[in-house]
Amino acid sequence: MTRNQPLQYLDPEGNEMQALPNSCTPDWLLRCYYYMVLARQFDTKAIALQRTGQLGTYASLLGSEAIDVPAALAMQKKDVLVPYYRNHACQITRGVPLEEILLYWGGDERGNAAEKMQQDFPNAVPIATQSLHACGIASAFKIRNQKRAAVTLIGDGGTSKGDFMEALNVAGVWHLPVVFIINNNQWAISVPRHIQSAAAQLADKGLAAGIPSMQVDGNDPIAMQQAVQQALNRAYEGKGATLIEAISYRLSDHTTADDATRYRPSDELKAAWEKEPLKRLRNYLVFQKLWDESKEQTLQEEISTRVQAAADKYVAMPPQPVSSMFDYLYFEPTEQLQEQRDWAEVRAMAGGSHYQGEESS
Amino acid sequence: MKHNVCLLEAVNLALASEMRRDEEIITLGEDIGVNGGVFRATDNLRDEFGVKRVMDTPLAETMIAGLSIGMASQGLKPIAEIQFMGFIFPALEQIICHAARIRNRTRGRLSCPLVIRAPFGGGIHAPEHHSESTEALLAHIPGLKVVIPSSPARAYGLLLAAIRDPDPVIFLEPKRIYRSQQQEIDDNAIALPIGRCFTLKEGSDITLVSWGAMISETRTAAETLAESNINCEVIDVASVNPLDMETILSSVKKTGRLVIIHEAARSGGVGADISASVAENALLDLQAPIVRVTGYDTIMPYFRLENHYLPNSQDIVDAVTQTMEFV
Repeated sequence: MTRNQPLQYLDPEGNEMQALPNSCTPDWLLRCYYYMVLARQFDTKAIALQRTGQLGTYASLLGSEAIDVPAALAMQKKDVLVPYYRNHACQITRGVPLEEILLYWGGDERGNAAEKMQQDFPNAVPIATQSLHACGIASAFKIRNQKRAAVTLIGDGGTSKGDFMEALNVAGVWHLPVVFIINNNQWAISVPRHIQSAAAQLADKGLAAGIPSMQVDGNDPIAMQQAVQQALNRAYEGKGATLIEAISYRLSDHTTADDATRYRPSDELKAAWEKEPLKRLRNYLVFQKLWDESKEQTLQEEISTRVQAAADKYVAMPPQPVSSMFDYLYFEPTEQLQEQRDWAEVRAMAGGSHYQGEESS
Repeated sequence: MKHNVCLLEAVNLALASEMRRDEEIITLGEDIGVNGGVFRATDNLRDEFGVKRVMDTPLAETMIAGLSIGMASQGLKPIAEIQFMGFIFPALEQIICHAARIRNRTRGRLSCPLVIRAPFGGGIHAPEHHSESTEALLAHIPGLKVVIPSSPARAYGLLLAAIRDPDPVIFLEPKRIYRSQQQEIDDNAIALPIGRCFTLKEGSDITLVSWGAMISETRTAAETLAESNINCEVIDVASVNPLDMETILSSVKKTGRLVIIHEAARSGGVGADISASVAENALLDLQAPIVRVTGYDTIMPYFRLENHYLPNSQDIVDAVTQTMEFV
């Protein structure tokens, strides 16, 4: 099999390797850069909140900005995002308020309830199960003759799971309007790509399912925009699913509960930083005379204010009432649940409360 | 319109009837289309409703469940068939971690109104994995409802209720009695309530609680015992989650005696939960210890020995006699 190089428009220094597609207008490029910077500052803030005991375990998005932001920008409002647990940059770009994303990582279900999420799926902690949800959503679009697509992301580790393979299989045979994006960031916690699969490319996994599959430079937002836009167009036109393997690098620990220095060579990380996505796009913008140091400073300050305001809002948000544990399980709580809810409320009032006991633990 | 049907045909009748009323209903599963399901529960549905609503899926149970969840989130009403309950296990991650949780996880932003149908239980000389009764496993999961009919009429009415329920319902069909009993059913679109026991026979001496295929054995036992002037109250639980303890408790308060009959393994079974609730709420009304007549805590044997595993009416008669003699 002859293999193409991953789709790429910009080299790591931001030089054009081939002419950019028309869709990447200055306006688009600046919007993309805005959200990439916003995502990165959000990430820094989230880690700081976790380190100071104000957020739970948090999965950093560092290094995924050029995958998630262009994918979300290519999607239309009517499309459905089916994320895994590292797609906050997608969610941010889709308009989900930052404080609501923090709520999720702060141990509060309301973070999955954001109105702006519309029909998008919530964060999925189980690995690869979301690939099948995307196929079900896409089946609904197809059954109802709607011109919509489901976009679902997964990590390189997730591609080893049966759910992913079953999803590719059914998406292929039913020609479902799904876009599968693998964020191949080389590491599944401590397990590197080369012991995850003997497939030469993870994109090869789509071939057996009869799905057009390709590798893309996941640090190149232009390449991602092109790949996702074409995949979405195929989906809208009834041509079925596409698999995109985005080659990136997890520049962070797996989560704030992880310490990647235990298993990952530091020179590898250093080399990966040379290819990181923000620098690449910023350099290109500077070359195009769309950007300069003063614009950069203004943007960073503007975003910093926005992120801090969201963090303040999040920290000030009181927890849900104890009764919320019971109120959303079923459309109508069962009698047993109502009894238990009443008891939980009495217990909370008596001081055995999760509701008021934040400082006590 | 009246139909004289067996339980299996009642399932088919309910599916067709509700699919005519609600275009959002999609059925999917292995062999459910052209073949009409390996038991024929979906017979003729494909001819009437077409391939878009009666979908033969690839052979992958996880996928069937995962797909149904995605469809349900879009407002469709998927009714998935798992060919045998013994094959539901790959789908449990999807069912437990997602179907049961999506409403709670999203504070009601999304929901998961799906039905998963699966034939279950022993007694038809089927191969390994085709005969287990693992309803307790699912009944334990918050967010699911687990419904088990024991007659054609209740299959019809409860399946309609399951389809109309806004939350995920596991609908377990006792295949041993799929064809053993005919009943006249009016296809009147009237659903039965989920979460309510059905008192099949009133009695004053002892309460017999059961569900699924074991209802037949229990009724036979009650008839035998009536000849000895033991008047049994027979309760069909019908919904093992939510469990209607109110009906069971008021019966036990009346009779003072309780025998619970289920086909599933004893330990950790739904019978244990019923016993515990009775002990918590009606201990002083009991005139004798609660007795459970159940399957053994071992693997369901291959079919040559399955009748040694399955409780039968004589076991129930013996248990009742023992309970009645307790002083």
